[in-house]
Formats: sequence, structure tokens, C-alpha cells
Amino acid sequence: MSERAQMRTALGRVRGLGAAHSGTGTFWHQRVTSVAGVALTIAVIVIVIALLGRSHATVVQVLGSPIVAIIMLLFIVNMAYHMWIGLQEIIVDYVHEDLLKLASLLANTFYVFTVGFACVYAIFKLSFGV
Amino acid sequence: MAELEAGATAASRRPRPLSPHLQVYKMTLTFVMSGFHRITGFALYFGMVLVAWWLLAAASGPNAYAYFEWFAGSLIGRLVLFGYSWALIHHMLGGIRHLIWDTEHGFEPAERELLAMATIVGSILLTLVVWVIGYFAMGGPR
Repeated sequence: MSERAQMRTALGRVRGLGAAHSGTGTFWHQRVTSVAGVALTIAVIVIVIALLGRSHATVVQVLGSPIVAIIMLLFIVNMAYHMWIGLQEIIVDYVHEDLLKLASLLANTFYVFTVGFACVYAIFKLSFGV
Repeated sequence: MAELEAGATAASRRPRPLSPHLQVYKMTLTFVMSGFHRITGFALYFGMVLVAWWLLAAASGPNAYAYFEWFAGSLIGRLVLFGYSWALIHHMLGGIRHLIWDTEHGFEPAERELLAMATIVGSILLTLVVWVIGYFAMGGPR
């Protein structure tokens, strides 16, 4: 081993060598978003049940009301980040070919941003009635 | 790496043993539930499109919303939504199981089995409860 390599600590040499090439940040964020996700999912199930079979006008009014809109926005943003981390984890587990992995990770990001912003836009439009 | 390759012998160039993957392990309930958690998460990832469709339809107007309601009320739509709701509840309960494990509890054999059974039975029961409540919210038998 060269002298230059010995200057690095044991941790420094292995850091970033895992499948995801990063640390435990996303592991922790996945836990935070899962705790929030439990409460938000229950709230969204209640909202959906309350809106079943209601007229379009009622649905617009309820989804655009502040508390419901804020719950929906929190749900969307929280779950978008949660599923972005989740699919990234699946990709780095199963896709080993560099170019395909890069393409998959990019597709994951593009998909999550597109679906997430589509939902956020819809809730803003329902709230501000443009 | 240069010094490594210079010192390589016939033995060191042999293919290294790979860690075993899924197929070498005996099927257990916790093993299957681990797979279910990943598969339901994967399904929910794409299921978010339904949420986006619902919200965009509501934001777009009565015609777009009527079209979404037609799909949601159709046989295929109901099957998809039933599967979506089960996947959502199953993944949520499976996630709670993981959060319990994160606190370093529930690792004993009996506890693991109990948590796995609670997840699958609980997810089916809760999904049925949600649909029965939804059925009555829509006016019940008419």
C-alpha cells in the first residue's frame, strides 16, 4: 500500500463503497417519512371516504379548504420523498449495469417530481380557484 | 491497484464466491412478508398516478371528474382501487413493524411470527373495514 493511501482513516477508505455510494442519510429520512406517512395516510383515507360519491362541486370545495389542502400537500410531498428513496433502494439492489442504473435513477427522480408536482399543482388550483 | 495485479496468483484470480441470494434460503413467513413489503411499496409507487389523476380531474372540471368517477366505479377500476387500498394498508402496517424493529424490539422468533401474522391479517381486515365504511358512505345498499 502506498504512503498516500495510509494517510486515510479506515472509515475514509470504506465510506461510499456501499451499493448506494452514500451514508445513512436516506435510511433516516425513510424512517422520518414513514412515521409522518402513517398519520398522513390515515388522514387521507378518511378524506377519501368522506368524498366518495360526492358531487364535483363538493369535492372541489372540500379539497380546496385549508386544512384538507394542507393535509393533502403534506401527504404528497412526504410520500413523494419516501417513494423516491424506496425506489432508489430497489434500483441499487437489482440494477448493476452502470448505464442502466444511471438511467433508472434518473427516471426515478423525473417520475417522482412529475407526479408530485402534478398533485401539488392540482391542490393549489383547487385551493386558489384559478 | 497496480501492486495488487502484479502480485496476483492463479489462486487469487479464480472467481470469488458470491454471497447467496434469495433462492438458497428456506421460505419463511417473515421472508415472504419482507418481499411483500417491497412489492407493495413498488406498486404504490405507480399507484400514486391514480392519486394524481383524481386530484387533477377534480381541478380540471366536472367532465374530467365524471370520467375519473366512471373509471373508479367500473369493475376494473374497483379491482385496482381495492388492490391499491390493500397495498397501502399492508405497506403501512409492514412499515410500523419495521419501526418497532428499529427500536430493537420484536426480534424473538415468536414475536417475529406474531408481527408477520398481524401485518397480513390486519391488512386484510382493515382493508375490508375501509371498504365497508366506504360502501355505507356512498349510501349503502340501494
